[in-house]
Amino acid sequence: MPRYTPFHDQLAPLNETQIWKNWAGYLVVPNYQYCITNEYYSIRNSVSLFDTSPLFKYRFSGQDVGKLFEFALARDIRSCETGQAQYTVFCDAAGFVVQDGVVLHTAENEFYLTTAEPAYRYFHQIARRQNLTQLAIDDVSEQFGILAIQGPHSHHVLNQLCDGTTELNYFDVTKTTIAEKNVFLSRTGFTGDLGYEVWCTANDAAEVFHAIFNAGKNFNVTPIGSTALKMARVEAGLLLMDVDFNSARYAWVDQQRETPIELGFRWMFRNLENDDRQFLGREQIEIEISNRSSRWKTVGLAIDVADYEQRFVDAGIPPSKYENYCESTRSVYRVGEPDWIYAGHANSFLYSSLLKRPIAIAKLPLDLAKIGTTVHLEIQVIHKPTTVKATVQPLPFFNPPRKTSNVLEVEHV
Amino acid sequence: MSNSKTFDAIVIGAGHNGLVNAAYLAKAGLKTLLVEKRSLVGGAAITEELIPGFRFTTFSYAVSLLRPQIVQDLNLVDHGLMILPLSRTFQPGFDGEYLLLGANKDENYHEIARHSRADAEGYRELSNLIERVCFALQPLMDQIPPNSVSDAPDEIAAMESLRDYIAGLDEPVREMIEKFYQCSAVEILDEYIESELVKSMIASSGIIGSKCSPSCKESGIVWLFHKMGEYDGSLGDWGFHKDGNGGLTQVLARSFESFGGTLQTGVGVEKVIYENNVAIGVRLDDGSTQHAKIVVSALDPRQTFSRLVDFDDMPADLAQAVNQFKFQGTASKVNFALSDVPTFPGLENRSDIYMGFTNIGPSMDYLERAFEDCQAGRFSRRPFLDCCVQSTLDPDMSPPGKHIMSCFVMYTPYHLAESDWDTQREPLGDTVQETIEEFFPGFSQLVLHREVVTPLDIERVVGLSEGNIFAGELFSSQLFTNRPAPGWNQYRTPIEGYYQCGSGTHPGGCISGGPGWLAAKQILNDQL
Repeated sequence: MPRYTPFHDQLAPLNETQIWKNWAGYLVVPNYQYCITNEYYSIRNSVSLFDTSPLFKYRFSGQDVGKLFEFALARDIRSCETGQAQYTVFCDAAGFVVQDGVVLHTAENEFYLTTAEPAYRYFHQIARRQNLTQLAIDDVSEQFGILAIQGPHSHHVLNQLCDGTTELNYFDVTKTTIAEKNVFLSRTGFTGDLGYEVWCTANDAAEVFHAIFNAGKNFNVTPIGSTALKMARVEAGLLLMDVDFNSARYAWVDQQRETPIELGFRWMFRNLENDDRQFLGREQIEIEISNRSSRWKTVGLAIDVADYEQRFVDAGIPPSKYENYCESTRSVYRVGEPDWIYAGHANSFLYSSLLKRPIAIAKLPLDLAKIGTTVHLEIQVIHKPTTVKATVQPLPFFNPPRKTSNVLEVEHV
Repeated sequence: MSNSKTFDAIVIGAGHNGLVNAAYLAKAGLKTLLVEKRSLVGGAAITEELIPGFRFTTFSYAVSLLRPQIVQDLNLVDHGLMILPLSRTFQPGFDGEYLLLGANKDENYHEIARHSRADAEGYRELSNLIERVCFALQPLMDQIPPNSVSDAPDEIAAMESLRDYIAGLDEPVREMIEKFYQCSAVEILDEYIESELVKSMIASSGIIGSKCSPSCKESGIVWLFHKMGEYDGSLGDWGFHKDGNGGLTQVLARSFESFGGTLQTGVGVEKVIYENNVAIGVRLDDGSTQHAKIVVSALDPRQTFSRLVDFDDMPADLAQAVNQFKFQGTASKVNFALSDVPTFPGLENRSDIYMGFTNIGPSMDYLERAFEDCQAGRFSRRPFLDCCVQSTLDPDMSPPGKHIMSCFVMYTPYHLAESDWDTQREPLGDTVQETIEEFFPGFSQLVLHREVVTPLDIERVVGLSEGNIFAGELFSSQLFTNRPAPGWNQYRTPIEGYYQCGSGTHPGGCISGGPGWLAAKQILNDQL
């Protein structure tokens, strides 16, 4: 039987489509409305609510936690001070990505971590092997609900309810209250927009939800399903596990595994020469950086609009633009070579309604991954494969200043 | 049938391997006679309507290892093959505890996490690794193993390339294969699983049909063997054939006959006739003879080498290996006709929990104690049971609303220290019923009919020596290049034209059809 998230009773009546799906064993909503684009625009135009509770949540506490994270996480946790959050990845000894996740540093020697796949045994094993005994790892997945409040008006909604919202910088986290309930409030999210995530206990979920939902009514607050969220995350250049990469832990062959450098996370290791940690995967990551031995690089593809449209017009049909978010693999081919010479592939594809163009997240060999390079992307027109021109572009495709700025400076977006 | 009809090949025994072998030979154009002593084909894979409307899977009860190539080659789908997925595994525990696994990894995670959060992850890690091992070893299931004691350059090269293949596997996969060969199920499981209920559920795969407990070294390889199958590419998963395993052997019989094969039931083979070490035919129980240049035994190694032919004619190495070949059957079946589905407290009205295997063996200690009884020469006072209520899934198995329950029972040693199976048959039935009653209160009131099949019954009815359901233990000393004996593992025998194709040959027991198929390959190669 599927499980219900702590917000289920509040969200179920809002699900107009009555379509449900399974996420990590929980019943979740792919789209509340038949117009997914309408849901999507609440992320960019007003304020959206997304129930992200099925994520696995772990609480790490004790004086050895810092040591555990310094070893187990690829990105340097020491740059994440109390009151800050950090997007991170963890790698195996071969330097392949096991998972990504967000760490909240909520107090001294206290962290919370969210992951898409279970990681309880994983961290316990590492702690045991590293002889780190002064720490506790608790699975708090069922104790907390997480509600993501994302969109340009998210600050207006939360500012009515709790202290500290305005002061919160990008990737800050604070302990505060909503409707007199204790919550964690972090300025994080998976939309690439101004947004927050609220952690509350499962018992407080109803009150917290109602407070936020009511406070949002004047701002067109809209519950969104996973499809609208995924549309936003492609524009934001955010990678999704099992779509843009697989966990190295359960992959069969290295071809299915990715290194953080290949995923575009070179920036996580900007300060590697001053970083004395012997973290998992470091040796291989250093070799990859110094030898430039990455097998491919993760890039954005901006598809040529005229070329894209022409393919459909030539076939006598209007171009596919509406709600065509797609997670199936499309091949990328070299230009100038004979036709159909395979070069790489794109896993996330979307006609972005906001950007008015098709975009994709692709893996390309290094010589093709340079910004501005033209490649051919496979699309299907009336069941027949064809190619369209696309240009390599850095991620993200959409990056509004409000995402990272002090909210007071962007009050009038 | 007329004795004047001549055949190219005679296959002895219409178990699933005899059927597969005969069908391949017939398909290749050989005039093939398949002889079965019973009135129905199937051997240990039969379905019998012992009381009207109730279809008993008398002996075996599920399928996983059937080689996919056989399904294609023998057009089994055209002849009615239909394998239903086992969508559940149910493991009742003590005090109303239970583990109910299904087809969704997330659901299984949460279900196992009720018992141990670490196990929920450990289970997935272990399953992933085992799948990788099975994927790596599956090609070996589908080929004739090399001869490990031969000096022939081809065989030496084949052994070499086998070693290279294993050496070329990913390190974690290679290490795990080594563990399966050298470690007990307990030793392997201790690394991944802490909960007793979860551990004993997995460990039971390491004892099925074998005289070993989860802490015996042999349980590693037995466990691996039971994971070597698949359901539609989902490695290690099992299914029910429509109408039970007898349904599957009926499909095989139709395939055989569609290729022009001749089936003769109700008469056994007394002896293989050979002259100057060359097979020329068989003498049947009714005194008649049939001639053919190719004679294939689908019986187990003891029958093949010491009953059908003169044991004294066998070379010393083979004779010694057959003498030492371990049968030591330890499994029984108790089958019930029921007036309703059993009830598990807390899961009332949930007949779906029975749509797969229901394992009674709630702790490692329980399994070990069961084995202690076996070692002492008596059947387990609290046996491990692997139960199926196929009628919850397949309505053709029983009258509407009523059910048929198959219980595979361990341990029940063939050799009882202080009694015999004709005396102990019904006491065993009572013990099984009491055991089920403990976990499913009210069970006994549902029983309309009970059938107890002891190792002695398996030997008497099916012909499997000492009632071993695999035609010989699945221990590493008796697998692959050693099955049934080093140097005699390529389906040939010391007698030219006389072959072996039973589960006592590679790849071994369970309904794989592999021995029948690979033997046919060898026979047809030899004809060229």
